[in-house]
Amino acid sequence: MRRLMFLIPLVLFLGLAGWFAVRLKQIDRGDTPDRLPSVMIDKPVPAFDLPPLVEGQPGVASAELGDGKVRLVNFWASWCAPCRSEHPILMRLAGQGVDIRGIDYKDKAADGQAILARDGNPYAAVARDESGRTAIDFGVYGVPETYVIDRQGRIRYRQVGPITPQDLQNRILPLINELSK
Amino acid sequence: MAALVLTATLLSGPLARAVQPDEMLPDPAMEARARAISKDLRCLVCQNQSIDDSDAPLARDLRLLLRERLVKGDSDAQAVAFLTDRYGDYVLLRPPVRPSTYLLWFGPFALLVVGGGILLWRGRHGTVGAEAVAPPLSAEEKAHLALLMDDKDEGKGRP
Repeated sequence: MRRLMFLIPLVLFLGLAGWFAVRLKQIDRGDTPDRLPSVMIDKPVPAFDLPPLVEGQPGVASAELGDGKVRLVNFWASWCAPCRSEHPILMRLAGQGVDIRGIDYKDKAADGQAILARDGNPYAAVARDESGRTAIDFGVYGVPETYVIDRQGRIRYRQVGPITPQDLQNRILPLINELSK
Repeated sequence: MAALVLTATLLSGPLARAVQPDEMLPDPAMEARARAISKDLRCLVCQNQSIDDSDAPLARDLRLLLRERLVKGDSDAQAVAFLTDRYGDYVLLRPPVRPSTYLLWFGPFALLVVGGGILLWRGRHGTVGAEAVAPPLSAEEKAHLALLMDDKDEGKGRP
């Protein structure tokens, strides 16, 4: 026993190195330390009823969610650069028939409308959250953020930052398929 | 002149506050409560600043929200709970003591106890003292040493 004591630092080092390797791998996959866990997971969406971005079109309200259909709720803004990089992915998702509800966060209505007119509109409905209060109720701390809402209207997943193709393949699409069963 | 302006700017830096006059509550006592609470709430955008210190728009929104809750009659704990319901314990700069944070709160003391224990154990049973005092040289060793010392002088001039 005594003679093996000299191995202790080596074992500690290997343990630490192993842990670093695991974390680096996780960070590579997008699980960075600045991604905060959401306390809203598995809770019903907070109550809200937001006015439409475009006059005359439907807005977004919590009452419409959880009617038996899996949906995404996407917080975005015209002033948010990462939202632009996420936009093509949302368009692709919408093309596959995924119902995405957009919430334009602390934005000028004209700016939000102009972006959708220019780049295309992936949303089944878009609302404005001018005060940002609904976003706070969701626990949003920066746009874009995307929530997967299950058939009963509960939040099942939160994506912080733009959805990458990897996020889509590894997490969001499998979850949508799973929840839609 | 430029140096003067620079000095003045640097000096005024620490005095500048994120809280804007238009956010403050008319009731000084309630405003003081809001300030005290918001000093312990993390700005989620900057993550190492309190919302009281941060100029981030979200921090301002949270300050206003906090003041609204207080005006509506929330206790300090209720106002804080309103935010932890949405953002989790992460919004607290002082993490609560609960099983998931035991390691954080008590880990350093545990390390101290373990380290102190090892030191004590080594002091009693260890070899530190024994190794430090070398046994005296035997007669044979003394003779050998003398030979070596002599050898040093005689060695002069050798290749």
